[in-house]
Amino acid sequence: MNIVVCISSVPDTTSKINFTENGSKFDSSGIQFVINPYDEFGLTKAMMLKEKAGGNVRVITVGDALVEPVMRKALAIGADSAIRINANPTDSYFTANEIAIYLKENPADLIIAGRESIDYNSGAVGGMIAEILNLPFVNACNGLEIDGNSAKLCREIEGGKENLSASLPLVIGGQKGLVEESDLRIPNMRGIMQARSKPLMVIEPSSDENLTSSESFEKPAEKSACKLVEIGNEAELVRLLQEEAKVI
Amino acid sequence: MSVLVYTENWKGKFRKSTFEAVSYANELAKLLATDVVALSFGEVSDEELNKLGNYGASKVLSVSGINKGDSQQVANIFAKNAADASIIIFASTYTSKMIAPRLSAKLKIGIASNVISLPSSTSPITISRKAFSGKAIEKTIIKTEKAILTLAPNAFGLVECVGSCSIEKINTSENASVLIEGEEITRGKISLAEAEIIVSAGRGLKGAENWGMVEELAELLGAATACSKPVADIGWRPHEEHVGQTGKAVAPNLYIAIGISGAIQHLAGVNSSKVMVVINTDAEAPFFKAADYGIVGDAFQIVPKLIEEIKKAKN
Ligand SMILES: Cc1cc2nc3c(=O)[nH]c(=O)nc-3n(C[C@H](O)[C@H](O)[C@H](O)COP(=O)(O)OP(=O)(O)OC[C@H]3O[C@@H](n4cnc5c(N)ncnc54)[C@H](O)[C@@H]3O)c2cc1C
Ligand SMILES: Nc1ncnc2c1ncn2[C@@H]1O[C@H](COP(=O)(O)O)[C@@H](O)[C@H]1O
Repeated sequence: MNIVVCISSVPDTTSKINFTENGSKFDSSGIQFVINPYDEFGLTKAMMLKEKAGGNVRVITVGDALVEPVMRKALAIGADSAIRINANPTDSYFTANEIAIYLKENPADLIIAGRESIDYNSGAVGGMIAEILNLPFVNACNGLEIDGNSAKLCREIEGGKENLSASLPLVIGGQKGLVEESDLRIPNMRGIMQARSKPLMVIEPSSDENLTSSESFEKPAEKSACKLVEIGNEAELVRLLQEEAKVI
Repeated sequence: MSVLVYTENWKGKFRKSTFEAVSYANELAKLLATDVVALSFGEVSDEELNKLGNYGASKVLSVSGINKGDSQQVANIFAKNAADASIIIFASTYTSKMIAPRLSAKLKIGIASNVISLPSSTSPITISRKAFSGKAIEKTIIKTEKAILTLAPNAFGLVECVGSCSIEKINTSENASVLIEGEEITRGKISLAEAEIIVSAGRGLKGAENWGMVEELAELLGAATACSKPVADIGWRPHEEHVGQTGKAVAPNLYIAIGISGAIQHLAGVNSSKVMVVINTDAEAPFFKAADYGIVGDAFQIVPKLIEEIKKAKN
């Protein structure tokens, strides 16, 4: 089976988020970039599928040279090859379109994106790729088994899960449940060494089309200080929640 | 021209988030001096469809006989009925998050998700949305003439109005690409995504056997229960309850955090809550910096007392 995993390189979850140039640009100084956590579940699932049924796992990203360490990490975890489309993504459509153009020339049986990226939180790229390629799409996918050409999937819905079936080729937006946290792989020395000689192909973007633009960022208003209620005076907390906050 | 809104039902009943989306669409329609048209998928009674009129829909297109979780099928039908729409609105649900981006790529209409405001300008449509897991607000410009907006959960309330809507039934012959084999509903109660109050607890509670008081407090408040990640990982609570960066993102009116330290990854999933209350023995716990109200002390002492006081206040 031929699998492509879309990798978004995002600030580590503990990062403090700042902006420069009048709030127009994300300040990446001092930021540690990692594989988007949802994509990490997808990558691990791809490795497991390959180990079971054979095949090939490619990772793809749209980004400038700064994202290469993250792609090397994906290779160290076990991907066979990496593709970097050499452009700074300007919006979800731009990213999805570039990936779809690559996939039209170099098809895959299974395309795994993440449910959303933890930086832009658009939750859009996977669905857009599916639409451009005219493929089925299951988002918030938390279970996947493949047998030949047919897939049994599970997706999260409000208050539960839905079991689905579809046939390949197929696009999913993955999340925890696809594999468990304990299944995630930390690259070992051998993997890191091998990753150095695995192919990381750089291709130039084919279009500059986008549908939205990001104008500026600001940080949400600081919360005012926490009002502390003395232990033993729970009645006061109830009063505050009723009369001041008006939430109960 | 119209504002088109996706109205999602659960077993024939519209979700609260659906009525919120229609309310938002109605505010927007007033701004644009146009009407709200609702698009519904799946079997919904006329009585239920009529409820959309109470929030501002003037026309409802009801498409039955389809699997509404099949994003390809739904996006195709959507596209056929969107010609007249200048703005398309989605509430934030798992299903809408599959359809909205597809529709964006299909019709080449710019999309903004996690929207938290009405547009600050309508030409071009300029909108505020949450990004960086709630750590920033992004101003996005939609460059296309039309726009698709997906609303952040619980960002807008219900606005009722007097109105009625006409109902039009649409038959479809779209083929399905994804089949539903079944479903497992973990909690018949209140789903986290839609809960107005959430009572959440962390490792400070020391063991699964101590959740009785958490459930009692939740029950009393009509709240959903949630937990921190380690609690789900150890197996004290089901994974469905895990909130945070890698779990569910929630945005209730009230979030009560009991014995949760307030790690940045936990806060990323809950900091959109309108009011946060923290109960923790450690006055230095980071959660106190994010919370609105707090009590420093032992949860095993405080929570039962709190339950008692709420019962009193209710009588
Ligand atoms: C990539 C990544 C993603 C993550 N994603 C998430 C996520 O989505 N959600 C999440 O929750 N975490 C997430 N985490 C984990 C996070 O960093 C914290 O480890 C976790 O949130 C801590 O859970 P906790 O507060 O329950 O436990 P602890 O940190 O152990 O805190 C327990 C708290 O309880 C208090 N306490 C102890 N006894 C009592 C008592 N008797 N009464 C009252 N208070 C008491 C303590 O003072 C302490 O503050 C993630 C971590 C990483 C690295
Ligand atoms: N620049 C990118 N390169 C490759 N894949 C991406 C990129 N941005 C987003 N994705 C994929 O799309 C998913 C959803 O991202 P988003 O739509 O930005 O929330 C991510 O989890 C990735 O799998």
